Amino acid sequence: MTEALKIDRLTKQFGLKTAVDNVSFIAKKGEVLGFLGPNGAGKSTTMKMVVGFLSPTSGTASVCGHDIIRNPLEVKRTVGYLPEGAPAYPDMTPYGFLKFIASIRGFRGSEKTDRVEHVINITRIEDVARQPIETLSKGYKRRVGLAQSLIHDPAVLILDEPTDGLDPNQKQVVRELIKSMASEKCIVISTHILEEVDAVCTRAMIIASGKVVADGSPEELKSQSGAGDLDEVFRKVTNNA
Amino acid sequence: MRYLERSRIMRNVGLIFIREFQAYFSTPLAYIFIVIFLMLAGLLTFFMGSYLERDQADLVPFFEFHPWLYLFLVPALSMRLWAEERKQGTIELFLTLPITMGHAVVGKFLAAWTFSITALCLTFPFWITVNYLGKPDNGVIFASYLGSALMAGSYLAIGSMLSATTKNQIIAFVLTTAVCFLFTLAGSSVVLDFFSAWAPSEFVQAVGNFGFLPHFQSIQRGVIDLRDLFFFASIIVISLTANALIIDWRKAT
Repeated sequence: MTEALKIDRLTKQFGLKTAVDNVSFIAKKGEVLGFLGPNGAGKSTTMKMVVGFLSPTSGTASVCGHDIIRNPLEVKRTVGYLPEGAPAYPDMTPYGFLKFIASIRGFRGSEKTDRVEHVINITRIEDVARQPIETLSKGYKRRVGLAQSLIHDPAVLILDEPTDGLDPNQKQVVRELIKSMASEKCIVISTHILEEVDAVCTRAMIIASGKVVADGSPEELKSQSGAGDLDEVFRKVTNNA
Repeated sequence: MRYLERSRIMRNVGLIFIREFQAYFSTPLAYIFIVIFLMLAGLLTFFMGSYLERDQADLVPFFEFHPWLYLFLVPALSMRLWAEERKQGTIELFLTLPITMGHAVVGKFLAAWTFSITALCLTFPFWITVNYLGKPDNGVIFASYLGSALMAGSYLAIGSMLSATTKNQIIAFVLTTAVCFLFTLAGSSVVLDFFSAWAPSEFVQAVGNFGFLPHFQSIQRGVIDLRDLFFFASIIVISLTANALIIDWRKAT
């Protein structure tokens, strides 16, 4: 079986600055990989390359065996992606927006309606489905973005800061949702909130200045610090880099 | 397989087209644009163009003002196409959907063009009036409408391209007006006299060939010359190609 997600010496330079520096790793189905790191560490840039928004300076990646450089359309069909800040068209309603995404993803007729209704249900946005997205609270907007990324039931799900800026209740909803899908998919979430790792991740990877500086299960990472404290590990590895 | 691929392209372009076209009507922009376009077209034709005093059954004074009307109305349609997408961050969502850059650029452009053609078609009362008052050459009028639509498409393609260079819609508007102004005037005596004083005549001719006005005026006389159609078509194709390249280059910034 091919790996759900394979990153192979991925590098991205912006001018003289190296945002992502020779990053390689493999993630499998059933894994929830937490991508940790300070702001500007290269988390988002890595994700943007995997989903085909940015092209790498060198290296490559593949999603379910589809190479991001040779076969970008097939990659885009396979992954679900929530960009940072969950952008959506403000003039549309969640219902209309999700129908548009479902159509672009090739669904028609009753299957399209079923899928739209299914993701509206699991992300719990029924109450606001018919009002313009620009009138929604941050929490609802985030869930609309999440709904959009799930519409084609993707094997690989890439979520850029899915809980950033949400209140504790909203965070809980999103985390429960991620956990409920964990066994079926390969999920990568980026975050700079360390409690998130304990809450949902099966594996954590710390990235600093474009390089992977730590990789392991949350427990393994914690054991690197005397106090068993993830915060301390985070500070230790990201300050040296 | 080939057929499948083609139907997928049509479908994606169609879906993007519909979303963009609806987006015009989700704000007052569409209605304001249509009302202002029709009012100005009427005012210019009747007052500045002396439509009635001329006592001729044609629509020459009506079409004569189209380039100038488009000059500041069309950038208002094109400015949001990519600048808004970049500002809202939706470009990241849009371009990671399973579509190609070509689908995206063409779908958006066609939506804007269809909208401007809709506004143009709503000027049909002029056509009815002139047919009621006299016996115009309807072939010439048809050709003029075609020329006007092509010119609007060229302005829009340039506007779409420039909208991709910025996140700021106002900047997109001003840039488009400025660039379109140059293209409009390039064939006029004002610009040509400026160059002919010192530049070689081949150069002057080349500049003159890029002007929208001579091409529009020749179509407006009722002569649908392939060269004029080709001119506007190439402006559109070149601008949209540049549009795709600019997005690829600027999307991350």
